[in-house]
Amino acid sequence: MPGNGKLKLGLYWAASCGGCEIAVVELREKLLIVDQVADIVFWPCATDFKYKDVEAYPDGYMDVCLFNGAIRTSENEHLAHLLRKKSKVLVAFGSCAYEGCIPGLANLFDRESIFRRVYLESESADNPNKVVPQTAYHMPEGEIEIPKFYNTVKTLGQVTDVDYFLPGCPPQDPQIWAVIEAIVSGNLPPKGSVVGANEKTVCDECKHVREEKKIKKFYRYHEIIADSTRCLFDQGIICAGPATRGGCGALCTKVDIPCRGCYGPPPNVVDQGASLLAAVASVVDADTEEEARRIVSEIPDPIGTFYRFSLPASLLHRARR
Amino acid sequence: MAKITITIDGKPIQTEEGQTILEVCRKNNIYIPTLCYHPVLEPYGACRLCTVEVTRHGWPSLHTACTHPAWDGLVVRTNTAEVRAVRKTLMELFLSRTPNVPLIQEMAAEYGVTEPSYPVEDPNEKCILCGLCVRVCNDMVKAHVLNFSSRGVDRKVGPPFMEKTRECIGCGACTIVCPTGAIEIVLQKNAIYAAKPLGPTAAIYVPSLQAVPRVPVIDTDSCIRFRQRDRSNGEIEDACGACQMLCEANAIDFTQQDEILELNVGAIVVATGFQMWDSTKLSQYSYGKSPNIITALEFERLSNAAGPTGGQILTADGVKPERVAIIHCVGSRDKNPNAHEYCSRICCMYSLKQAHLVRDKTHAEVYEFYMDMRAFGKGYEEFYERVQEEGVVMVRGRGAEVQVLPSGKLRVTGEDANLGKLVAVDVDMVVLSSAIEPPADAQKIAQLFGLSRTPDGWFAEAHPKLKPVETNTDGVFLAGAAQGPKDVPDTVAHAGAAASMAVALLNRGEVTISPQVAVVDEKFCSACKTCLNICPYAAISFIVEDNVARVNEALCKGCGTCVATCPAGAITGKHFTDDQIMAQIEGLFRVPELVEA
Repeated sequence: MPGNGKLKLGLYWAASCGGCEIAVVELREKLLIVDQVADIVFWPCATDFKYKDVEAYPDGYMDVCLFNGAIRTSENEHLAHLLRKKSKVLVAFGSCAYEGCIPGLANLFDRESIFRRVYLESESADNPNKVVPQTAYHMPEGEIEIPKFYNTVKTLGQVTDVDYFLPGCPPQDPQIWAVIEAIVSGNLPPKGSVVGANEKTVCDECKHVREEKKIKKFYRYHEIIADSTRCLFDQGIICAGPATRGGCGALCTKVDIPCRGCYGPPPNVVDQGASLLAAVASVVDADTEEEARRIVSEIPDPIGTFYRFSLPASLLHRARR
Repeated sequence: MAKITITIDGKPIQTEEGQTILEVCRKNNIYIPTLCYHPVLEPYGACRLCTVEVTRHGWPSLHTACTHPAWDGLVVRTNTAEVRAVRKTLMELFLSRTPNVPLIQEMAAEYGVTEPSYPVEDPNEKCILCGLCVRVCNDMVKAHVLNFSSRGVDRKVGPPFMEKTRECIGCGACTIVCPTGAIEIVLQKNAIYAAKPLGPTAAIYVPSLQAVPRVPVIDTDSCIRFRQRDRSNGEIEDACGACQMLCEANAIDFTQQDEILELNVGAIVVATGFQMWDSTKLSQYSYGKSPNIITALEFERLSNAAGPTGGQILTADGVKPERVAIIHCVGSRDKNPNAHEYCSRICCMYSLKQAHLVRDKTHAEVYEFYMDMRAFGKGYEEFYERVQEEGVVMVRGRGAEVQVLPSGKLRVTGEDANLGKLVAVDVDMVVLSSAIEPPADAQKIAQLFGLSRTPDGWFAEAHPKLKPVETNTDGVFLAGAAQGPKDVPDTVAHAGAAASMAVALLNRGEVTISPQVAVVDEKFCSACKTCLNICPYAAISFIVEDNVARVNEALCKGCGTCVATCPAGAITGKHFTDDQIMAQIEGLFRVPELVEA
């Protein structure tokens, strides 16, 4: 480590909601410890560094860069490449960078249909000239360029080489702290590992009592008063817990909200949505084919249910155009 | 118990101590008339009819045989002139009290008494004050409803203050022991017959007459002992027990409880049989609307020698029917969603048999409504011929409708395809050859043993021709109608095959299993229990101590269902791992390198 012996730490947000930034701030007083061991050299949300400052750093200047957000625009991708170059360790921080997350559900559409909906058709749009974002604009002062909005949302790992993946929407602060400790101590797992999460699924941390599952009817959360001792999935509320890596502490199910799957697939699962779908299909307790069809047809928004956080990283990746 | 010798009517009899003279006589077939005696009740000596002459220490005197102990050296004479004179006087008194009770009339006649010798107070009196009902109600049933009240000539039997009482449990024990029919229980006949179409059964009965061993059971809902115990919250524990007292084999044990036995076995034969299809599901047959519309199974009960009519075929009014219609294929071979598409297979032949029974027992006209006659078995066609020769009228065509006429007669309409005409016949009884179907809980059984079911609901054999008794679960075999409708010979053959397969498996001692099995990586299993009920071979179980699911490799067939199901990716199919499959796919899509010559 150069100079003062402190880590050079960078943080960046691409296509994200800002929750990951809040998650870092949620470290609270531990941020002071972070400050003792690390110099923050880039953090657009909290500090005043410009892209040109980063471009001026020598390659590999930053020891660690925590990159949150998905790759939605050409600017996101540019920064992904830039920060890759300037960082020794690049961490895909949070579900968006790891697997695409909520922004990734836009992969059910393409740029044109998104622009049409957002700028022209939405109930709140006031756009008489039907202006939609352009990548270049001529102004009297000259031409300016605006980042290009891609057709497809990608994960950080799909555009550049990533060292570690830290799942969660957002990652839970004890897990963030554990990862920071690991980085400081240099006690890091092999490259490409998922860090800050468990090998078992959310069920392992969940307090609810599970039985054999036989589902006659699936309920949306508001349609049933769930028994807070029994497994929510057993009660017909689709819970992504069985197909989701643990590590969050089963926060949602602790308050009887079904797991939505933000910690991504378990270690041996490639496609979290398919995995959850297989589980759901297996527990349907139907005597006839028609009954089975009726039971599963009552599941609203299957893509949003099964692939809420993982569509870009999944085998489906996006809707066919 | 000490042996004693007692002389009855000049005949020395060896017996055991501790009995009454009457008991000894009964055991030795020596007739002594009684009215107030019942073997399960304490002797009472009320009617005095069992009076005999007993010689003690050389002095003859008269005593009641029911109360006098039999001791060594006793000399008893049961039929002396003096004894007969006493009994005659008694019968004169009984007949004068109850002149119109047939039993009393008969017994009095035995002593030459045909007319009341004394003024008759009430010609309708039936009670002889023998006290049997009082004793049974108090000592056996312990309901304490009946007792004597008043004294002398006013003495009578009844509940306290002769008023209705809730203490009476309606067990009917008093009516059973009453020798003169003085007590009647008003049965809510309709209610009982509605619940049990062919009448009530006793509280202790043999559930399946052909069962081996043939063991009776106690219906604790109607048994006096259990009812009294339940009513009194366990305070009255020893009510009745008559069956226990009378059972010479000492086989009655009221403390027996339902037991769940856990057995470790090497093979299982599933022989869960069938159930009758509910004949009310097709309303055109009016089943349930008249007691004379019965199913074939109910007909079997009716025609059974041990049945409610002693084997006579009678209508609900208790008379022999003059015309009977038998309707085939009720609920079978019918695409109506309430019925079954398959042929129930057994009905043609039992219907012919029932037609034969009706002809034989009642000489009634029998009309068989059939679609076609499936007499496929050995000797079946010949039987069909014989039944036709017996004069059964064959109507070729499905019986379309049964109407209950205001007169109570039943009108069966249908089409006779041979005549090409609609036909109708008014009959006294209709027998529906109702379909048989898988038991209602077949799905539970299927899940328990990992069986699959064919679309008609019966358990699926492993192969329709080559593996007719095996299932997809090793060591589990099917026998009889559980696999599909079968008559008795087919069931016996099928069951024999299943038993042989089971024995063959056990004798082999060891089994060979495939290496292609699923395995749970317990490091990743998070106990979500999603996999537990999906295994078609019941090979996955949950290990509570380790909080993981585990695959029994001996049962696993390597089908991969659990591998695909496991949402945690913790189950791998050996020899079909993701890496292996991906490598195969990569190999398949590799572009071959062209080697330039």
